[in-house]
Amino acid sequence: MQLITVAGPPSSGKTSVILKLIEAMQIAASDVGVVKFDCLTSFDHLRYEERGIRVETGFSGKLCPDHFFVSNIEAAVEWGQNAGFKYLITESAGLCNRCSPYIHGIMAICVIDNLAGINTPRKIGPMLKMADIVVVTKGDIVSQAEREVFAFNIRQVNTAVQVIFVNGINGQGATILASHAAKARSIQTLRDLKLRFTTPAAVCSYCTGEIRIGNEYQMGTMKRMEFKKP
Amino acid sequence: MNDTDILYMVLTVPVGEIMEKHPVCQNFFKNLRIEDIERGLPLHQALEKADPETLSEFGLDRHAIQREFCDFLNVFAGRSDATGPEITSITIIGGHGKAGDPENCQITINRGETISIVGPTGSGKSRLLADIECLANCDTPTGRKVLIDEQNLDDERRIELQGRLVAQLSQNMNFVIDLTVNDFLKMHAGSRHSINIDDTVERCFVCANSLAGEAFGLDTRLTQLSGGQSRALMIADTAFMSTSPIVLIDEIENAGIDRRQAIELLASRDKIVFISTHDPLLALGANRRLIIKNGRISRVITTSEEEKACLSEIERLDARLFQIRKKLRNGEIISRNALG
Ligand SMILES: Nc1ncnc2c1ncn2[C@@H]1O[C@H](COP(=O)(O)OP(=O)(O)O)[C@@H](O)[C@H]1O
Ligand SMILES: [Mg+2]
Repeated sequence: MQLITVAGPPSSGKTSVILKLIEAMQIAASDVGVVKFDCLTSFDHLRYEERGIRVETGFSGKLCPDHFFVSNIEAAVEWGQNAGFKYLITESAGLCNRCSPYIHGIMAICVIDNLAGINTPRKIGPMLKMADIVVVTKGDIVSQAEREVFAFNIRQVNTAVQVIFVNGINGQGATILASHAAKARSIQTLRDLKLRFTTPAAVCSYCTGEIRIGNEYQMGTMKRMEFKKP
Repeated sequence: MNDTDILYMVLTVPVGEIMEKHPVCQNFFKNLRIEDIERGLPLHQALEKADPETLSEFGLDRHAIQREFCDFLNVFAGRSDATGPEITSITIIGGHGKAGDPENCQITINRGETISIVGPTGSGKSRLLADIECLANCDTPTGRKVLIDEQNLDDERRIELQGRLVAQLSQNMNFVIDLTVNDFLKMHAGSRHSINIDDTVERCFVCANSLAGEAFGLDTRLTQLSGGQSRALMIADTAFMSTSPIVLIDEIENAGIDRRQAIELLASRDKIVFISTHDPLLALGANRRLIIKNGRISRVITTSEEEKACLSEIERLDARLFQIRKKLRNGEIISRNALG
């Protein structure tokens, strides 16, 4: 089974891109499964099911989405193996800019959209920097010049990346993406593979349910801002 | 510069000097939040004074940063991006129409040539442009195949060309960034290492103004440009700043710009221009036009001398319509005289 991991900020068009990718790969709906890692609520499963694609959804709830991803990805692969899929695609909503649910040796695709602001690629961090492919959506409604500067800003952060523009509505660009996706590594298990980037260090009192504000309630790993004297 | 030259430079030349020579490098340090790095020292020594906490948040140590800086220079300063992909022609080999009927057609288009694409809405004009963009290889709904320089593309060349071959312009495109015309053009030129920024910005601006019916200034905000002005700016920008040898234009008719001059400008920059259009001026302004019916190219017509002669008359009609529009806009009353 070939595994592809997809991540991106909310509303960047991940589900649309995955659906267009599957279409362009020209494989039967029964040969592909999707695992959606989301935070609180998700409606994406409906869009997959509508096309006869099997999908499982997991909610990280009050956990960090990256921690949630890494502790469930192995089981996801097992699910895919048992279902006999040829391809397994995971979709993660990157909720903080530090999210980077990518694994060494496993194809990593980051989806961002052209409306997000021209400097956004420079701010996203590991989710973009560690990806093999950055798919840019909504390029059909901005100028060529803005697309070029956007791609330039992506390459500044991730010099080795492939930047591919995909139109999530009509699928333009998905053929190119599919030719890359076909090369995704085939795996039986993820055991002993490694994440590309450490997940956020998150062991402070607020992680464990503290809600009061004030120095005396703060324990564990904390980081303080420095404010200049007025 | 090759890899060794770059590494040697990074090891020996103070950061500030590299930045001066390759201004684009400033972004590298800004992106890592170390723009206040000591400029008088080569990178490795300079980094000794940077905050290790900040670096570790990016998952980097000094060695990793040095390596990434070399990669960065390699991509943005090492190789010349002056020319874009060197191609001379594109060939479209027919597939089939919507009903599966064969599309018996093979057409080769050379640089500097303009091709228009006409046909009813829904007939497949945009699909043809999309086939060109993705360098179709019998893997799109039309079964078409695209060759570059009359040759099949292997995977490697396909990947190399992807995203660099084609610049696009359509009715739906807008500027979404809130900058002045000047700042925006400078930013775009700045993303191209090899061009003279001030000179290119100036040429782009002058040219855009001559295409647009209504003048705008360098300090006009992009978001305040009219439809025609932004189309004119996009075309001038594509002509002077984009290195893509192929330009795909999808229905820009009602834009109120000098369309013929726009197409001539692109062709004069040695571009291959495809225009999907319902506009007679654009359709006949091209050297050849493709007639699309039910998903396939049903005919290829070379613009005849007679048609070319008609162009000037059509232009007069068009200009007259433009005048009427302008009068109405200015609150004037339209008389029979105005129709001439
Ligand atoms: N040869 C073809 N085979 C199958 N579908 C086609 C073919 N040509 C066009 N189509 C489809 O027909 C629809 C309309 O085509 P489009 O290119 O948008 O038309 P136009 O731009 O001329 O209005 C699109 O969904 C397109 O993918
Ligand atoms: Mg169309």
